[in-house]
Amino acid sequence: MNQLPGVTAAIPRFRLRRGPRPPSARMSPLARREARYGFLFISPWIVGFLAFTLFPMVATLAFTFLNITLAQEEPLRFVGLDNWTRMAGDQHVWDSLGVTLRFAALWLPISIIVPFTVAVGLNSKYVRGASLMRTLFFVPYVVPFVAGVLVWEQMLGDTGWVNAFLKLVGVDSPPSWLFDAGWIYPALILMGIWGIGAGIVINLAGLRGIPTELYEAARIDGAGAWATLRNVTIPMMSPILFYTLILGVVDVLQYFLVPLVLKNGTGDPAGATLFYNLNLYKTFFTYQQMSYGATLAWFLFGITLVVTLILFALSRRWVYYAGER
Amino acid sequence: MSVAATVAQGDQGGARRSRRRRTAAEWTRIAIVTTAFAAVLIAFLSPLAYSALLSLKSPSQITQANSPGLPSDPATFTWQGKEYPVYYVPLPDGTTRELAIVKKGRTASDFIDPANPDAGTITWQGSWRNLDQPWQLAPQWDNYAKVWDLINFPRALFNTVALALIGTIGTVLSCLLVAYGFARFRFPGRGLLFTILLATIFLPGAVILIPTYTIFVKIGWVGTWLPLLVPAFFANAYDVFLLRQYLLTIPRDLDEAAMIDGAGPWRILRSVVLPQAWPVIVAVSIFTFVYAWNDFFGPLIYLAGHGDIQPLQVVLANFHGVYYKNPALIQVGNMLTLGIPVLLFILFQRVFIRGIVITGVEK
Repeated sequence: MNQLPGVTAAIPRFRLRRGPRPPSARMSPLARREARYGFLFISPWIVGFLAFTLFPMVATLAFTFLNITLAQEEPLRFVGLDNWTRMAGDQHVWDSLGVTLRFAALWLPISIIVPFTVAVGLNSKYVRGASLMRTLFFVPYVVPFVAGVLVWEQMLGDTGWVNAFLKLVGVDSPPSWLFDAGWIYPALILMGIWGIGAGIVINLAGLRGIPTELYEAARIDGAGAWATLRNVTIPMMSPILFYTLILGVVDVLQYFLVPLVLKNGTGDPAGATLFYNLNLYKTFFTYQQMSYGATLAWFLFGITLVVTLILFALSRRWVYYAGER
Repeated sequence: MSVAATVAQGDQGGARRSRRRRTAAEWTRIAIVTTAFAAVLIAFLSPLAYSALLSLKSPSQITQANSPGLPSDPATFTWQGKEYPVYYVPLPDGTTRELAIVKKGRTASDFIDPANPDAGTITWQGSWRNLDQPWQLAPQWDNYAKVWDLINFPRALFNTVALALIGTIGTVLSCLLVAYGFARFRFPGRGLLFTILLATIFLPGAVILIPTYTIFVKIGWVGTWLPLLVPAFFANAYDVFLLRQYLLTIPRDLDEAAMIDGAGPWRILRSVVLPQAWPVIVAVSIFTFVYAWNDFFGPLIYLAGHGDIQPLQVVLANFHGVYYKNPALIQVGNMLTLGIPVLLFILFQRVFIRGIVITGVEK
């Protein structure tokens, strides 16, 4: 956990501002009263954190060594590493992990590059009405998720506008997006791109926060558009890109709701949408095997943690916090 | 970056663009780039238009190839109390006229001219099946009435609004207290606790889901709204962060003045902080309301099988499971589900975008 302050520029700043805190033994009555009120006011979160986050996390780990099912037909007992060894030999788990990782490899770069590119474009001095466009790009983000999926199901169908457009520009046999294992990921990515409004807004705010002197300096040094992007924009945007990346990793490793709605959780076409979390969801929800589900969940958590920690370690090389160092 | 600074940056738009006169070349570039972006934007929003149009089409139009994009019906002509379909009929003199078919035959059919029905029938040689039909605009508003009843829209809407409202009240109350605690009081471990709070944003939900679900089953909460509503009263990282950042920008002078007058922390919160914090409270409320409206997974697992207490999205997903072969009705369901959040966003877009900027950029 001591890695986390690096997440954000904000956290270390709080520490610096406050200075060394007095040891509680030497707190004045007034300070003690203040602290009591502080704890009182944050107590809803502390209770909620203990009850709905920390306790379930620990319980999930405990579940992995037990034989809990929802019906609990067998007596509850300690099963050691049985769940873990079962998982190690479970081909479904590895196949579904492969699906998730393949999709993540496609989606992650797109989920970072597309909103960044659109924001850079909207921030250009050649675009009129950028604020209005930013707002309109945001609209699909507030469309309820199920409605969005079902809109796209028709858009990508045989008679949908996507294929109508492709036919118009001369593609004779446009793909069967949702029924062809080779086209389902591009289809899911299109649906994902539809929700990048928040990413555009965040990137745009970041771009507008870059001091204009930096661009003037770059211009005086004779830097072209590309060099300016590489040496000014990207380093200055790196904390935001990094934040997007970390949240993107956490999200994409848990991805499964779109295929769940689209394909009713069948994994069609040809198992291409049998994501890791879909398997996890079925294990605990459909088959009600709580202990085995918990094992899958902790394994996913472990993968997420390892990937994020690696990204944090690498971030020191490329993420630049202005004003921090 | 303070909230005020962020907001100012968000709104400055073209302020820093230079005021000098532009050359013709620059105007051309502006026209090209802006048009390109507008085209991308239109493509980006086209699914909404597609859904809206599809929701008004009749099943027969959807199944027919080469039917027009707008919701239409084949044109008909009513003559002497009977409806006759209209076709484009190529006549021997080389012209094509819209005629209504009154008697169909395999090799020859009888038509009348809708412009002059009393002139009698015109017999045309050829198979009427090869003729094209003109279409007339005919939005099927009836689709909406159908789906309204099929999914029991008023009940689903009530469930959605009630869940979103109660959840929003709980979230705003609890997050305001927690944010006030973090922003205004010094206590041991404050920095660490705040870091833990922010770290929960990065925690995958799967790792806490299973015991939570199991316990909710055991205590009989599954099949009720409690699993969705109770946690809302215990604060969440995003909204605490948003509120705290705002509270930090409110000067402490008034707090201290009130304190000297003998006001306690509760009194200060009510009489000094609240009146100044209402813009951010409005923001968090609208935000939370739309997020609660759009929550799908929670209601899906906790309200499965309880159709009478499910919110719109779950009802819509179930409706899709049954009526997936009737795209028009599915799109009606979509329109009914997305209408209110999209409307709320359009009304409060400034508030929304500000909220996204603060949580996304400052952390």
